[in-house]
Amino acid sequence: MDAQVSAGQVPKIAARNVSRIYQTVDGDMVAVDDFSLDVTDGEFVCVVGPSGCGKSTFLRMIAGLDTISAGSIQIAPGGVPGKPLNSVVFQEYAIFPWKTVIDNVAFGLEMRGIARKERLETARYWLDRVGLGKFAGYYPHQISGGMKQRVSIVRALANDPEVLLMDEPLGALDAQTRVVLQEELLRIWEETRKTVVYITHSLDEAVLLGDRVILMTAQPGRHLATFDIDLPRPRSIETANTPRFVEHRALIWEKLSQEVKRAMEQNQ
Amino acid sequence: MRATPETIVPFRAKGFAPRSNPVMGAASIAALVGLWQLGSSLGWISPVFLPAPHEVAGAIYRMAVSGELWRHLSVSLWRIVLGWTLGTVVGVAAGFAMGLFTLARSPMQAFVGILFPVPKIALVPLFIIWFGIDEGSKIATIAIGVFFPTVISTAAGVEAVQKNLIRLGQSFNLSRWSIITKIILPGALPSILAGFRITLSVSILLLVAAEMIGAQEGLGAYIIRAGDLFQTDSLIGGVVILAALGLLFVGLLGLAERRLLRWR
Repeated sequence: MDAQVSAGQVPKIAARNVSRIYQTVDGDMVAVDDFSLDVTDGEFVCVVGPSGCGKSTFLRMIAGLDTISAGSIQIAPGGVPGKPLNSVVFQEYAIFPWKTVIDNVAFGLEMRGIARKERLETARYWLDRVGLGKFAGYYPHQISGGMKQRVSIVRALANDPEVLLMDEPLGALDAQTRVVLQEELLRIWEETRKTVVYITHSLDEAVLLGDRVILMTAQPGRHLATFDIDLPRPRSIETANTPRFVEHRALIWEKLSQEVKRAMEQNQ
Repeated sequence: MRATPETIVPFRAKGFAPRSNPVMGAASIAALVGLWQLGSSLGWISPVFLPAPHEVAGAIYRMAVSGELWRHLSVSLWRIVLGWTLGTVVGVAAGFAMGLFTLARSPMQAFVGILFPVPKIALVPLFIIWFGIDEGSKIATIAIGVFFPTVISTAAGVEAVQKNLIRLGQSFNLSRWSIITKIILPGALPSILAGFRITLSVSILLLVAAEMIGAQEGLGAYIIRAGDLFQTDSLIGGVVILAALGLLFVGLLGLAERRLLRWR
């Protein structure tokens, strides 16, 4: 399909002909249908589609949190032994209310048996990078939604996974906070160059963040189109005001809007 | 438009916000005891019907000096500690099983549903046959009375743990055991501790009920004997000590909650 991999290079994530079928009382429901995606090392791929198209299901299958009905997904291990294959950032604030901010960030490291001093140093480093250094000792109920989501994002990064899987991480935030976090994500990603699969329903967000935008069809989720986003990096929120950005978005929206309309008619 | 009384919307969002005031709580108890003392001193309350507070205090004092208080209290405390701990340990384990495993869930629900509403006091004679007239039946009565509310509050707490936190743990490759100890246990703790609030008072209730049959020692036996002899000052003295015991338990639990649930 759209496996854009240069010869000889092993993709970081190789999803081949993946399907997910749920058994329901009304018979089989195909959530994801024959979906393939290769992600190269250090690539930021955004998956966009109408709501209910199975994009989150696809991400959960990569993360090993949902079963694969057909096909296969592989993540290539890196050179460092013991390094986790993936970390997930969920849409809802999946942070532990009984742990302080810094202990939340250090959680993945703690579970891997890394010594307290070392894991707190790493957590401190990441908290400082997103401006949460002085909230290290706070409990989650004392901080805002935007801060909570920053905590989940740096918790995933502190764990230093091979790939970062993000399931609409900014979906629950208000518009202004979202813009601030988009900019932070851009800054951090451009420094770390992690391999990222990013699920979003916001086309603007996908074009702003991604190297590639994958469109999925409405249920069942199939591959609809792939767009390479050749906007120069480093990008910032200003990038969204450039003519190239607007062109990209218009082109993708044309394709996506047809699909959204088709999905709405289908549901009637 | 000019601001006239007709054009100004008055503030209406008043009331429906009661506040706590510990001083008012203590003062109302003091006031009640004061009224009681006054009524007795003025001869409005018959001493046989209800002895004056100073007579009750005197009964407690005599009980303390003679060593009777400590003898009864230590026996009762021992029964509560043993019975409550036993019921709690087994109850928490069963609550976790009910909240975690399909195999345990429905059988346990049926079991708890049938037996929880049964008054455990009605079972005391049966427990005497099963576990003996001595310590066995008393500890069993308390343990079983504590068991059911503990199962219910623990299972409810386990079920209330956010699924996304469990998924998160799985995404970090945690073992089943780690998810239970690192995520489900702390998540269920508020509900488990709320259950303790109930079971601590249940254990005092059942202690007295169990000690009313075939017990020589213990606060329950002491109260029953005082009643048989129409020693109402000793009877109320025993009740005051039970109330103090309840207060002590609530205080200890409050301390535990402040320590364990600091994050709330």
